[in-house]
Amino acid sequence: MSPSDLLVIPFDGWVNAFVRGFLVPNFRPFFRAVQVPVNEVLQAFDGFFAWVPMLVVTLVFALVAWRVVGRTMAIITVVGFVFIDMIQLWPETMTTLAMILTSVLFCTVIGIPAGILVAGSNMAWKVVRPILDIMQTVPSFVYLVPIVMLFGVGMAPGIIATIIFALPPIIRMTNLGIRNVREDLIEASEAFGATRMQTLIEVQLPLAMRTIMAGLNQTLMLAMSMVVIAALIGAGGLGLIVNTGLGRLNVGQATAGGVGIVILAIVLDRITQGLAEPGSGSRKPLLGSFKSLFRSQDIEAVAPDKAV
Amino acid sequence: MTVKLKVESVFKLFNDTRKEGMALLRNGASTDEIFRSTGVTVGINDVSFEVNEGEIFVIMGLSGSGKSTLVRTLNGLIRPSSGKIFIAGEDVASCDMKRLRAIRRREITMVFQHFALFPHKTVAENVAYGLKVKGVGPAERRKAAIEALAKVGLDAYADSFPGQLSGGMQQRVGLARGLATDPAILLMDEPFGALDPLIRREMQDELIALQKELKKTIVFITHDLNEALLLGNRIAIMKDGAFVQVGTAQDIVSNPADDYVRAFVADIDRSRVFTASDIAQDADHIPLKESVLGALVVMDKAGVDVAHVVDQDGVLAGMVTREALTAVRPNTPVVEVMEPDAPSVTSEAYINEMYATAQNGVLMAVTDSDGKLVGAVEPTAIFGHLTPDAEPATEAEEDDGKEDAGPPSDQTETEPANTADAQKEKSL
Repeated sequence: MSPSDLLVIPFDGWVNAFVRGFLVPNFRPFFRAVQVPVNEVLQAFDGFFAWVPMLVVTLVFALVAWRVVGRTMAIITVVGFVFIDMIQLWPETMTTLAMILTSVLFCTVIGIPAGILVAGSNMAWKVVRPILDIMQTVPSFVYLVPIVMLFGVGMAPGIIATIIFALPPIIRMTNLGIRNVREDLIEASEAFGATRMQTLIEVQLPLAMRTIMAGLNQTLMLAMSMVVIAALIGAGGLGLIVNTGLGRLNVGQATAGGVGIVILAIVLDRITQGLAEPGSGSRKPLLGSFKSLFRSQDIEAVAPDKAV
Repeated sequence: MTVKLKVESVFKLFNDTRKEGMALLRNGASTDEIFRSTGVTVGINDVSFEVNEGEIFVIMGLSGSGKSTLVRTLNGLIRPSSGKIFIAGEDVASCDMKRLRAIRRREITMVFQHFALFPHKTVAENVAYGLKVKGVGPAERRKAAIEALAKVGLDAYADSFPGQLSGGMQQRVGLARGLATDPAILLMDEPFGALDPLIRREMQDELIALQKELKKTIVFITHDLNEALLLGNRIAIMKDGAFVQVGTAQDIVSNPADDYVRAFVADIDRSRVFTASDIAQDADHIPLKESVLGALVVMDKAGVDVAHVVDQDGVLAGMVTREALTAVRPNTPVVEVMEPDAPSVTSEAYINEMYATAQNGVLMAVTDSDGKLVGAVEPTAIFGHLTPDAEPATEAEEDDGKEDAGPPSDQTETEPANTADAQKEKSL
């Protein structure tokens, strides 16, 4: 005896009817159109990273890591990127990087304004919060199917799936950061005749920036973790290497792809974490940084202390 | 004197969406009854006052009395439920946001209890904030910021961050920020409440000095009656959202409106409220040209043994004692027997500034700013003014007063503290 003896709800049938019978025929052009900007940005990033020589990319990343995090991280970046190149996964890594950057860019463009909006209204937050909870708890495989039906297969749908998965933290953290700005600072800003926009730009956003950057870091990491899953619906890059390795039981290839993802993740994570915590890393002028790079060991040993 | 700020029967009720609380309040219900029956909190209950140009108007009350709410209605941070607030001809209580912003940018600024400095901006950027939102260019606002900082003695710290400064310095920056836009009215919400007692004292003196030069119209909020009495040209005592008494420091201390005020006043240092002119008595004086005989006649008439000598302009010249007069021949001019260094105090001197002079035990001359004699104070008379009931000074009180230079006997100390506690509980 169970409730299903009395009534069976054809839930899957309803969903099928809704997606296939309503969404797909009516909104397919809309969903196709949504892909266009995603595709454009992706193409631009992808083309750019395919065009820039490997050594230049490595150098730039090492420099940024050094400035934002520290010397050790710069060395790890160089060693890691050289290793990726030596295992012949550089082009795939750059494709993955382009995908990640595209997803994170869209997450930022959507997430920060959304976060600001919900921070300003308890009503909006009450509506948005459960949606974010759903986005974070529903397993990504579940919405891969409707995404394929609505967007088709390929890079752009993969990125859209990534955006859906990676968007919540940056909205949450923007909301949190802005809500945590001390009330009397807002009052002070208003008392001097600032408009809401002035208060937002001059006081709330700068003070929330650390929290927002922490959100950006989480968003980036979530996007990173979607790389392999997005490859299931046709996104390329390192995820594809891992997937084909899995399909052919080629443990070496799968591991190589995985190592590439890990190296890229470490570099991006540390750089964005460094951005969230200003004050760490090397804050010397760029030229001075170059000079000290080529100076003898003992001077270099002193330099990081001064920088802190 | 022009009125800079005019407040007309302002009410502020929180959670009063259905206007029930307002109706009850108009029918004479107490704030407690209203809260119990409707859940409406009465923040401000029918407050009216005017602040004149160049005046420090102090609003004094315990926490929960509504003073912070009231000061926030003055610049529209909180909109009152009803009433009018006029600043520069505009009703702040009802005007739209655009006009309100214009008034905040031009007419009225605020200094906050916990400084409310922007931690991510430098001291100069903080001070220039009001100018920045106004749209003043970077060079000009930097110049104005440095000028404002110079007034509070912190121009050297322009490029520091607030976090690097001590509490007292931070509040000076807060004050400079309030002054930078050169507003007509400055609101100060318990500005020294978060400071150490010593720094607080220093800041109070500095504000008095600064005010002498700037002559701003200041609305000053405090929970400390001593601070209120020290700074305020006029003081309003607030309780449960309403004004209990408005008046000068001397008014409030000598004529408390009710038991609530009396309890407060019992606790304060009266030697810092009353000045020499408040306690001076008319004194018979002897013209400089007079002879010893004439001087003795004046003294006999007044029945005193000591008298002051003044010149033809009424300026204090010295003093003579009966003893000295009787020791010489009657036709000697007074000039020859008088002591030129008569103990004297200015009429504005507070009683606590007179103790040193009073130590001599001789009659003190009270002079105005031109040095003219306006009265005299017996050293023993001082102590009579240090106790709330203003009874004639007795021997015991004299001794007491000399030792600790203040009124609080055990009785007066405990009583107001209890009432104050009870008040706090009530308001919570």
